[in-house]
Amino acid sequence: MDNFIATITVEGVAFYIFSILTIGLFLITVMSKNVLYAMTSLAAAMVLISGFFFLLGADFLGVVQLIVYVGAIMALYAFAMMFFDATRDIKEKNTNNALVFLLGGMSALVLVLMFCAPIFSENIEALYPMHEGVGNAQDVGIVLFTKYLVPFEVAALMLLVAMIAGIILAGKKMDMSLTEDMNADDEIMIVKDKK
Amino acid sequence: MIIGLSHYLIVSAIIFSIGLVGVLRRRNLLMLFFATEVMLNAVNIAFAAISHYYNDLTGQMFAFFIIAIAASEVAVGLGILIVLFKKHGSLDLDDLANMKG
Repeated sequence: MDNFIATITVEGVAFYIFSILTIGLFLITVMSKNVLYAMTSLAAAMVLISGFFFLLGADFLGVVQLIVYVGAIMALYAFAMMFFDATRDIKEKNTNNALVFLLGGMSALVLVLMFCAPIFSENIEALYPMHEGVGNAQDVGIVLFTKYLVPFEVAALMLLVAMIAGIILAGKKMDMSLTEDMNADDEIMIVKDKK
Repeated sequence: MIIGLSHYLIVSAIIFSIGLVGVLRRRNLLMLFFATEVMLNAVNIAFAAISHYYNDLTGQMFAFFIIAIAASEVAVGLGILIVLFKKHGSLDLDDLANMKG
């Protein structure tokens, strides 16, 4: 027992806490009937995943995960939630559960084999090795702006196109109310007129 | 209790399977988007772990591009969802199936 306690490291404890919490929160996300619960647990799990990145020494990736995923994407989901009825539970027709679990299990088996490939592989060598004594953000910047400059620019262009597409798709008929019918708007107009 | 590459890859595979079951099981389009996010995050963990244990920055680069792609996917996808909801009043896949031959 003493031997076991002596081998416990901070990284190990953090890893197990993060993985248990992340898996639990993602299970809530996938299984929940309420959209709001699913979104909240997804946001919490994103924060914990950035914890994984900090554990792995990928500081800059963790910060980007926090800013982009938790900050931007979750805010976008919360914004879109205004348009949908979020308080109502989602009613779903139960599909063939046995088939789903069979397909999911088979895909999971294939996945495990795929993920095991790097464990047993021998001749993998670093293409862009990390530099000693240089911070992670600096290292990432060097590689991103020399070797991956073209993909970086293409990603920027793709984000611009996505932004324009999002504005055009969501901005159409923004003045029309979704949750209330047109008669309700007319009533408001009438009340205003009476004043 | 030394945490190795396989620990991270197993966690990543479990999370990916959760997302996959979600994609197969859910019928609501918004929930399908959430399940896709789960899968993307699982792959990001695997990339970061391999990047750390092989001392290579390529994995982190790919994780950055995955995050960028996820952001643009959400922007366009949510726009389409809003248009669909305005048109049909629901996000259920069975209601939206209108191409019955």
